[in-house]
Amino acid sequence: MTLTLEHFLTVAALLFCLGLVIALSKRNAVGMLMGIELMLNAVNLTLIAFSRFGSGGGAVAGHAFTAFVITVAAAEAAVALALAVSVYRSRQTVEVDQLDLLKL
Amino acid sequence: MQIAFWALAILTLGAAGGVMASRNLLHAVLFLIVAFIGVAGFFVLLSAEFIALAQIVIYVGAIAVLLLFAIALTPRALRDNSETAMVGPAILLGVALAAIFLFVIHDAAWGAGAGDPGIGAADLGRALLSTWVLPFEIASVLLTMALVAAIMLVRPEAEEDADAGAAGGGGEERA
Repeated sequence: MTLTLEHFLTVAALLFCLGLVIALSKRNAVGMLMGIELMLNAVNLTLIAFSRFGSGGGAVAGHAFTAFVITVAAAEAAVALALAVSVYRSRQTVEVDQLDLLKL
Repeated sequence: MQIAFWALAILTLGAAGGVMASRNLLHAVLFLIVAFIGVAGFFVLLSAEFIALAQIVIYVGAIAVLLLFAIALTPRALRDNSETAMVGPAILLGVALAAIFLFVIHDAAWGAGAGDPGIGAADLGRALLSTWVLPFEIASVLLTMALVAAIMLVRPEAEEDADAGAAGGGGEERA
């Protein structure tokens, strides 16, 4: 048995679903962000796997797209963590179920 | 190759499970670092060495440190990594989505070839500066804007007032 595209896609799909559960269920905003980072990583793994095993000519596109995803993930993490610190300054908490200012 | 794949799969998914299961937020960050390194190992296995190095430098080097700083800068917020009441529906959604993904992955005829030889950093650099030069520039502007925005968001109020005072008339419009 040799390694195929399905092996890598399976791992990436499981990683994505784990990240989704973490992002949806964690109480701490920083914990949610960790789930989002895991999901982005899983997507990158899928892109690289398709780039490696795909038979089309655009193999370098997968690498380029992964580089862009990593860039945007870095920007997103910086802004999200700055938001978490900013929210902590005004509300003294980063627990997402206590940030209910917009709730009636 | 086989052994490396299964070891990395167990390492990565186990570490991701550790992020979910650990009660302490700092332990969760350490598990997350292990998961990032596992994904970098997968990239090496898929002969994407440049992306693997970028993964290590950016995720392990920058994002994990940012997460640790964010935890350290919110000292009175609880360190615990517990779930909200939505954990049941979230797990249900995750399992359902995983089932759909696995069904599609194993049912589809991917028609995957034996695979190309690896794409080196030279190929990637040439592609980024020719075919994808516009997204590349937009990404660099986005990074600059994100860093400026992050600094604006976290700087103290007193400093903002001082700046507004120093700027005179121009500062009032912004305020």
